[in-house]
Order: sequence, then C-alpha cells, then structure tokens
Amino acid sequence: MNKVRQYFKSLLLLELLKGLSLTLRYLFRPKFTIRYPEEKTPQGFRFRGLHALRRYPNGEERCIACKLCEAVCPALAITIEAEPREDGTRRTTRYDIDLTKCIFCGFCEESCPVDSIVETRIFEYHGEKRGDLLMTKKDLLAVGDRWEKQIAADRREDALYR
Amino acid sequence: MPEIQNFTLNFGPQHPAAHGVLRLVLEMDGEVIERADPHIGLLHRATEKLAESKPYNQSIGYMDRLDYVSMMCNEHAYVLAMERLLGIEPPLRSQYIRVMFDEITRILNHLMWLGAHGLDIGAMTVFLYCFREREDLMDCYEAVSGTRMHATYYRPGGVYRDLPQSMPQYEASRWRSNKEVDRLNADRQGSLLDFIEAFTERFPERIDEYETLLTDNRIWKQRTVGIGVVSPERALQLGFSGPMLRGSGVEWDLRKKQPYEVYDRVEFDIPVGVNGDCYDRYLVRVEEMRQSNRIIRQCIDWLRANPGPVIVDDHKLVPPRREEMKEDMESLIHHFKLFTEGFCIPEGEVYSAVEAPKGEFGIYLVSDGANKPYRLKIRAPGFAHLSSFDEMVRGHMLADVVAIIGTQDIVFGEVDR
Repeated sequence: MNKVRQYFKSLLLLELLKGLSLTLRYLFRPKFTIRYPEEKTPQGFRFRGLHALRRYPNGEERCIACKLCEAVCPALAITIEAEPREDGTRRTTRYDIDLTKCIFCGFCEESCPVDSIVETRIFEYHGEKRGDLLMTKKDLLAVGDRWEKQIAADRREDALYR
Repeated sequence: MPEIQNFTLNFGPQHPAAHGVLRLVLEMDGEVIERADPHIGLLHRATEKLAESKPYNQSIGYMDRLDYVSMMCNEHAYVLAMERLLGIEPPLRSQYIRVMFDEITRILNHLMWLGAHGLDIGAMTVFLYCFREREDLMDCYEAVSGTRMHATYYRPGGVYRDLPQSMPQYEASRWRSNKEVDRLNADRQGSLLDFIEAFTERFPERIDEYETLLTDNRIWKQRTVGIGVVSPERALQLGFSGPMLRGSGVEWDLRKKQPYEVYDRVEFDIPVGVNGDCYDRYLVRVEEMRQSNRIIRQCIDWLRANPGPVIVDDHKLVPPRREEMKEDMESLIHHFKLFTEGFCIPEGEVYSAVEAPKGEFGIYLVSDGANKPYRLKIRAPGFAHLSSFDEMVRGHMLADVVAIIGTQDIVFGEVDR
C-alpha cells in the first residue's frame, strides 16, 4: 500500500507542485527588497563607517594628539604627527587614515579619550584613484563638521552602554 | 588504436561554485573524476603570524575574517583561549550573550550554506529566501556591534557593550506609504531582544518553507542522495568535525561533549545522519538551525530576566567605563595602558575549541608572558574537510564535484587563513 502511494505521489509530481505553489504564493505577497539608492535599510547608532574628526562646540578641534588610536590600530592605518601650536597647546599637524588598510574594527573610537576620532554612519564613499582613499586631517574634519549632529546624537545614545 | 589518456581539467580559482578561491586540478576519465587535487593558499593572509606581532586584543578583528560567514564563533575561540590562560570567568550575562550570538552565527552560516549549496545544484529560490532571513540576523549583528559582518564584539572577560534597548527603524520614502513602513517596523519597536524573539517566532516556518522546496524535491534528491558518502569510521580518521561528522552518524558535538560557556544550561538536541551522504548532511544542518533557534529562545528568556554587567570589572584587562575614564586619573592611566601596551598573559599554553558552524574551530595559544602571543595556531575545520576532498569525489561525475564542495561548507578565509 505504501509503495502504491509512493508511486502515485511521484507520478503526480506532488512535491514539485508543492514547491511551485509556495513560490507562487510569494509572487503575490509584498516584496522584501529595498529600492536601494532611494531607500535604505535601517542603520543602528553603533554603526561603524567612514571616519571623522570632531570639534568642540566652540570650533576647537578635539584631537590632542595623544596617539592612542595610532597605537591601537591593528592595521596600522593611522599616521599622526604632532607639534605644539602657537598658543602652546598640543595639536596634530598631520592626521592620516589610510582607508585601504583600515579594517573598521572601531578600536580608534574606543580608545579616543576625547571622543575626537569617530566612525560615522557613512558607508557609501568611493575613490577613483588610490590617493582618494587616503584621508587627511582636512578631509576628516570636513566629514566631522558636516555630520556633527548625527555623530553627537549617536554618541549620546551609546553613552549608556560604554 | 591510439592510447587514450585521462583528461586534466582545471576548476577555479575563479569558478563561482568553488566557494571562494579554490583551484582544483581534476583528472578525468570521460566525465568521471579519477583524482582531484585541491590547490589552496590563494587567500593566505598570515593571520597566525600577524597575531604574533600585535597585542592580544588587536587580533580579535582578524579572527572575524578567518571564516567570514561565521564571524563571532571565531572570535569566541580566540577570546576563550585568552580567558583560560588568564584564568578569568566572564559574567554570566556575557556568557549568555555569547551563546546567543554563536547560535545566531550558526543560523547565519547555515543559511549561507543552504543558499549557496542550493544555487550550486540548481535551486535558485532557496538562495533568495535564505538571504531574506540572513538580512534580519545581519541587523542583529549591526545593532549590537555596529557592523553587519566583522563584529569585533567579544572581548576577553565578556563582550564589549550590552545589548541595545532600541532597534533602528525604516524611514518613510516616496517609495513606501506610511502603512508599509509601519509593517516593516512592526518588529523593531522594542529592544534588540524583542527583535530577535520575533525572528525566532517566524523562523521555524521559514525553515519549513526551505524544506518544502528541497527535502522531498526529486531533483534535489537526485543530486544529493548517495553523493560523497563517508563512513563513520572514515570520517573520524579524516578528522572531520561538525555537521560533516554528524552527517555520517557520529554523535559528536563540543557543545555537549565539552560544554563551554552556558551550553550545559540550555536544552538542545544533536541531529545525527545515517548514510553519511550529502542529503544527510543537508538534513543535519537544517535540523541544527531549528535547534539553534531553540537555544536562542532560551537565551532570550534568561537575558530578559537577568540584567547585569557584561564584562569583568578588572581594569588590568578591560578599559574602564568612559565616564570614569574622563573624571578619574587612575582610570585614565588604565585606559592609556590598555590601549597602548595591552595586557600580559601569564606564561603557558592552551587549546580552546568551539563548535563553530562548520566544525571544531580551535585556537592553540602559547604565551611567553608578554603582551602578544608567542605562537597562535588556528585549527580550521574546513582544512580537514577539504583534505578529504579527493577521497570524497573519486568515482563521481564532474557535476558532483560542485555538490561535494557545497556539502563540505568550505570557506577559504579559514582554510587558507
């Protein structure tokens, strides 16, 4: 009896039809896909994307050239040179991040004692030449200035956990 | 009569079914494989050597990149090795978080495997369905660590940060009405735990769907039943682990046999195959997804009921909280010490293994008392599986090569490291 049932099952292509009916049902359901450039998937406040250097609200740059990020960077992507400024404070004269080396582990942000170097939510950047992916201090500060509101909001939200 | 010679065929390294950068030199007699010679090393990045030149914590991120479809499990083995040498016990909450994310990783890996394996042997739809679920799990990864794949989330002594209390939401756009956005955001109203719970509720049905498409499907069965049969004895001799071993009927799972973290506190079963062919290994992995789902649910219940610290409170190992660091000189010194020099691990050696989705992933760590490993050896399950490749494909057809690569679940990040 079992063999007969098996025979008819396989003759009638039952399992194939079951599979097809499943895919057919999905055809009429709402789509799961996102229309990417116009629409985006949600990003959390811990997102680690492109780097930025931040400033204090009075416009003074936060980085004090302690070089913790340079020391902790597993990929050795950060290069810092520092000198005292005319007013006697210690500042960086050079702050480069090589995005071709960076592995986006987030250690630089974790190590920064003044919340200067941060990883923002930006993930859609590109370079047309190799040099475009070497971020200098100017580029990093520019990213920070542009996205400061978002950056600050994300840090505030994450402050509870860190 | 001219002499007939075997034909040598080069497969890969750019073949999409080679799952990465596998180059196979196949000696063929017609369409039957006489000998298969896997060439590896195209993705070698010297992770072991790299780890010797960095303070302990800095290598965590590189562990993610070994088996890049089961990221957190690799971190887990490395972190566990450090903890054993240091002789510390992470807080219970962090152990539950780790177990939960290990199981999420297992589902991630098996979904990737199922999709890719299906695609390789002609089932397009499963691939798309699997990636739909992977997307949700990637969101969990992102919410907790900030990246969708390479998390760098586990730390010696616990995990970096506690689970977030909110989930990011979809935003309205001209492509979607508010009603649709609300539907998308329905599971995202609460905390990460709520989101994961909602996932575990709908996931068993989704597994049923994959099974509807594959388990009884005659094409799937023709491609997998009786292909790449490994006997239990031979599987043990070849050093198999994970689903490859369980598919052959050996009941071996490190989570049960040498429980680490809180695996002895959660309930789950180990699925075991009978025939040791591709089909059985498929069934084992599908059942493993169901069991992982079960473990995740138990972890959620525990984590809800027991808030607390997620990392040890020892500032010789773990940097102090940021508020403390900014106000307290002592903490600032600890902070600077830890991020420049790291911490030293007492002299000794340890082997720690976790049941990664692919099998036993082990880290053998030798410390000479410095702040970097003296030697780090990675035991990758994929390597042992791939070395049996010749034996498994011999006598099969060319098309079965793809099925066997698929069933071994090889990822070159860990084979080549």
